[in-house]
Amino acid sequence: MNTLIAITGLGVLCLLFEILNFRKAIVPITIVGLLAILGLTYSEFNAPASYYNNMIVVSKFSSSFSALFVVLTIFLVALSHDFYEDHQTKISDFIAIKIFMLAGAVAMVSFGNLAMFFLGIEILSISLYILAASKRTNIKSNEAGMKYFLMGSFASGIILFGICLIYGAMGTFDIAEITDWSRSAELPSWFPIGISLVTIGMLFKIAAVPFHFWAPDVYEGSPALTTATMSTLVKVVAMATLYKLLTAMNADLSDAFINIIIVISIASMTVGNIMALKQTNVKRMLAFSGISHAGFMLMALLSISNSAGNLLYYASAYSLAGIAAFAVILYVCKNKENEDIANFNGLGKNNPLMAAVLTGTLLSMAGIPIFAGFFAKMVLFNQSIQAGYLVVVIAAVINSIISVGYYFKLILAMFGKEPNEEVQKTPFVFYAVAVVAILLNIALGLFPSVVLNLLG
Amino acid sequence: MDVTTLLIILLVGSLATYFSGDKWAPKVALLFGLTAFAGSICLLSQYNLGIGLNYGKAWIANPNISFALQVDGLAIAMLLLTTALTPIIIYSSFGNTYKNSKSFYALILFMTFAMSGTFLASDGLLYYIFWELSLIPVYFIALVWGNGDAEERKKAVVKFFIYTLAGSLFMLVAFIYLYQKAGSFLIYDLTRLQLSSTEQFWIFLAFFLAYAIKIPLIPFHTWQAKVYQKAPTVGTMLLSGIMLKMGLYSVIRWQLPIAPIAAKELMSLSIGLGLAGVIYGSIVALRQKDLKKLLAYSSLAHVGLIAAGSYTLTLDGLRGAVLQMIAHGFVVVGLFLVAEIIYRRYETRKISEMGGIRAQSPKLTSMFMILVLASVALPSTFNFVGEFTVLFSLSQVNIWFAVLGGTTIILGAYYMLKMFQHVMLGETNAKIFKDVTFNEGLSLVIIIAVLFFFGLYPKPIIDLITPSLENILTQVNRFN
Repeated sequence: MNTLIAITGLGVLCLLFEILNFRKAIVPITIVGLLAILGLTYSEFNAPASYYNNMIVVSKFSSSFSALFVVLTIFLVALSHDFYEDHQTKISDFIAIKIFMLAGAVAMVSFGNLAMFFLGIEILSISLYILAASKRTNIKSNEAGMKYFLMGSFASGIILFGICLIYGAMGTFDIAEITDWSRSAELPSWFPIGISLVTIGMLFKIAAVPFHFWAPDVYEGSPALTTATMSTLVKVVAMATLYKLLTAMNADLSDAFINIIIVISIASMTVGNIMALKQTNVKRMLAFSGISHAGFMLMALLSISNSAGNLLYYASAYSLAGIAAFAVILYVCKNKENEDIANFNGLGKNNPLMAAVLTGTLLSMAGIPIFAGFFAKMVLFNQSIQAGYLVVVIAAVINSIISVGYYFKLILAMFGKEPNEEVQKTPFVFYAVAVVAILLNIALGLFPSVVLNLLG
Repeated sequence: MDVTTLLIILLVGSLATYFSGDKWAPKVALLFGLTAFAGSICLLSQYNLGIGLNYGKAWIANPNISFALQVDGLAIAMLLLTTALTPIIIYSSFGNTYKNSKSFYALILFMTFAMSGTFLASDGLLYYIFWELSLIPVYFIALVWGNGDAEERKKAVVKFFIYTLAGSLFMLVAFIYLYQKAGSFLIYDLTRLQLSSTEQFWIFLAFFLAYAIKIPLIPFHTWQAKVYQKAPTVGTMLLSGIMLKMGLYSVIRWQLPIAPIAAKELMSLSIGLGLAGVIYGSIVALRQKDLKKLLAYSSLAHVGLIAAGSYTLTLDGLRGAVLQMIAHGFVVVGLFLVAEIIYRRYETRKISEMGGIRAQSPKLTSMFMILVLASVALPSTFNFVGEFTVLFSLSQVNIWFAVLGGTTIILGAYYMLKMFQHVMLGETNAKIFKDVTFNEGLSLVIIIAVLFFFGLYPKPIIDLITPSLENILTQVNRFN
């Protein structure tokens, strides 16, 4: 709870800085504030509690995921200063919106009541609509914002409808009570319908197949930093929330539901990967790769009772790699019209360090050892085989092989082609964020127990 | 000396090479390569004195993975092969200058590190991690420093990477399945599992896919020739000299003891695939116009025979396979070095553009001749010992296998000598050909000395590997 209050306070503070004309210091101060909030989250880890009639429930699950979100936000805020170079007058707005978005994210994983869950998702989404359309003069950015808004509000509507049905069945919004009731033998038939609708809405947010059509356009059109936010932070927030919802709603998912999850998971991996093979725009490519990673993360739902640690690990590995990748992409495409793969030609010569970092992130996403991505996939495979879903694992393995095809397209461009222009100066933060994120990723890969056992 | 120290030497060496700068990188790399070799000699003597060298430490609690290294005769033999070849490969590359050489040599040492780890690991997942790690450096070596048309090279290396990754991911699934049964990834536990024959069948196949691609066996060999041709010679040497031995070693260490029933049931098929490689490789080699490609296909033929030997599940077969792995490692590095020496002078790999080198370069000619003869298993060379033992073991299974396997010697002699004739003999070439430099000569002499020494006196290696191979065979026969 303290975390949530502190985050909101920090967001308001950011807006006040604008009035006080403190713009220069806004990024460092926000980062320091977020670090303090990280400490606060840590202190809450071992102190589960519930607040305001169970509106907010702080648990190990919520505080560890919140910590991940805070870390990701720190990186995103750090990148903001140079990204919004030309919009210095609006920087406080952008940063404040990001902080409010973080508040929404934390609310989404620590809700104890469906009303709070819906509030969280709306706070997060509305911040994102604004960020997606934040390049006002760019028509693509406008399109992205509009599309995301339409799709997102549609999804929110479906979620709301689902919540209504659940309320109709249970007579309460409180998660703990719903959990108790859902174990009783007689459930009205609209209770599973409600769960399905909420799940569908969340799958929209995660961009799992077949609810993924908005993702590539929105990712491509949005400003690169917003794309980074969507593909890392928002994706793992939505995934964690879905996990929490499903664990709370019904401890034992029915077979039919499991089968649907299997189909969606395999379809997301496959469609995402096959579409990614054809892309020449890096942002679009990462959008499709994100869809396939969503498919991988959905595997965690198959053995829902004990996979929280694995999901946290996968989410951390994926999002840290994503942040590092986007730091490099932001650097490479800083003064470019688009994000074509051709822009990466010869990066290995021009800037070996950045090229090495991007290579590392791609290898992590492809699941090559010592990077955290390997253990992330391995523990998911392990747990799915244990639960008896060998088919999903085989599909996942085949997809991992396909994914190498497009991840390596970038590596080939960086190391196999000649550079087409002069070296440009890199702002220090891009280096710092890229290197720190990939080092964290490698550290997770070397000591996976640190995260895996958090929620054990 | 501790066995982890050896791995640390190589890893630190890789970093030190990178930070020593382009000018010093080759020398630093050589220094660390030699240190690692000295380290493995030291391990060998400790092992011979009977000092336990195994290392184990818990790494991850859940899933249960430990950092476990196992040092037995077989592992030491492979480790010696790796660390002996690495300095030779590094030293022989001094005749070339590579751009950005600090990364180049750092990658070589890193690859040696990963390969040594693969040979030592006794925890399935640790082994898998090293196995995958060794793939990354060679991918970059071939991609960045390779030769020929860039587009074609890219296609070749990506195909190579995707092939090998595909194989190894199925191996990973097999390991995870085994983990569910055994509760740990340790080879000690995995080789004690009582698996049903259906389970063994699928596990055998998953492993087979990984190893058949790496070795490579027919029909998974299609990546090989292109990559050997396009990679810089150092990369080709690392691939053919050491890396493909990882596949053969893993067959003996992991596949056979874990799934022995399946190995017995599928014995004819696996031996058949190996022998098919022998014949196919030899026939294709006959028609090659590119020297490196010819050597690649001859290598395909030889490793096919080694694989066939390991799948016989007899002590002679395993022993011959290991001996031949070591012998082939040395001879193939020597042959590729000769190809590189010629390329340095004539800038061509086409056999038709060579010829008439003998009169200008007697030293190279005689050394090349010895290597060619060794590669076709002339008695008194190391290759003869290995190849003969393998053929003997094949004849114990089925005499026709031995007959088919024997073609490798006949066909091999034919295409290797024909190649030698075209490359070295004939009218004296108008282009000037400098005889071998000290650097090139020394590398070749060391290789030839090793081949002859162990050809005449293979006992030390046989004594070293036999106990561990006997152990493996006891595990293989645990179902009887």
